[in-house]
Amino acid sequence: MTSSHAELPVAARVRRLEERAIAAGLATDAELDEKLAQLYQHSVPLNGARMAARAWLDAGYRDRLLIDGNAAAAELGFAISDYHLKVVANEPGVHNLIVCTLCSCYPVSLLGPSPSWYKSLAYRSRAVREPRAVLTEFGLVLPVDTEIRVWDANSERRYLVLPRHPEHTEGMTEEELTGLVTLGGLVGTAAV
Amino acid sequence: MSLPPGTRVRARLGDPDHHTRVPRYVRGHTGVIVEDTGQWPLPDDVARRIDPPRVETVYAVRFPAADLWGSGDHSVILDLWESYLEEAEAR
Repeated sequence: MTSSHAELPVAARVRRLEERAIAAGLATDAELDEKLAQLYQHSVPLNGARMAARAWLDAGYRDRLLIDGNAAAAELGFAISDYHLKVVANEPGVHNLIVCTLCSCYPVSLLGPSPSWYKSLAYRSRAVREPRAVLTEFGLVLPVDTEIRVWDANSERRYLVLPRHPEHTEGMTEEELTGLVTLGGLVGTAAV
Repeated sequence: MSLPPGTRVRARLGDPDHHTRVPRYVRGHTGVIVEDTGQWPLPDDVARRIDPPRVETVYAVRFPAADLWGSGDHSVILDLWESYLEEAEAR
């Protein structure tokens, strides 16, 4: 592991790009810092987790979420302006997995900046070809008769997986259920 | 005219020298329309700064892994603009 992102070659390239934008009068350093601070503060996996927990407890919300992801996100205060959200639900016998084979498209405002493995060539090429093997490496072993659907985010849509409501969670509050949902569950590399 | 779910379509072969959103792994393969996802500007035109770009229906299309890779029991679903597609013969 590198000790700091600032040492990576890409950091120097990003800085050169920032300097070009600043020199052209398009932004200031302070504005760029503010944008990043906003991104990291508001774009977190907790957003997607809250949507999943709400859907488990409220069948009406679940229906709206699957029909119009943007409107359902807005109900919880998450305004999405730059993509169309498609939520795909895991069901008994059906498991969904998300990938972007062409680049690294991802619902950043609901899940935060994507993890490096999501952007790796290995994940992008193997998820569509041998998802069962990939999932096993993530620690998720699905029954052999579970159908796997892999969604390649190659258009203007971004995907979110709605994991199955975990068993033995009767009586848990929405907040407690939210705490059970992981980033992997919302991408499909984990059960929840 | 919108093609209904269940219609068999083939992703066009061909390798344009400009930006496109047809991944190579589906080119020439036949899939089934899952749904009409609406009208979107064609990325090939947008990337070439063709103004205005063509606006086309984008379909979610499902491909069986066994057809794409020769093995696998999963399916892969991706969104394809109508000019990426041609109707396939009924099986």
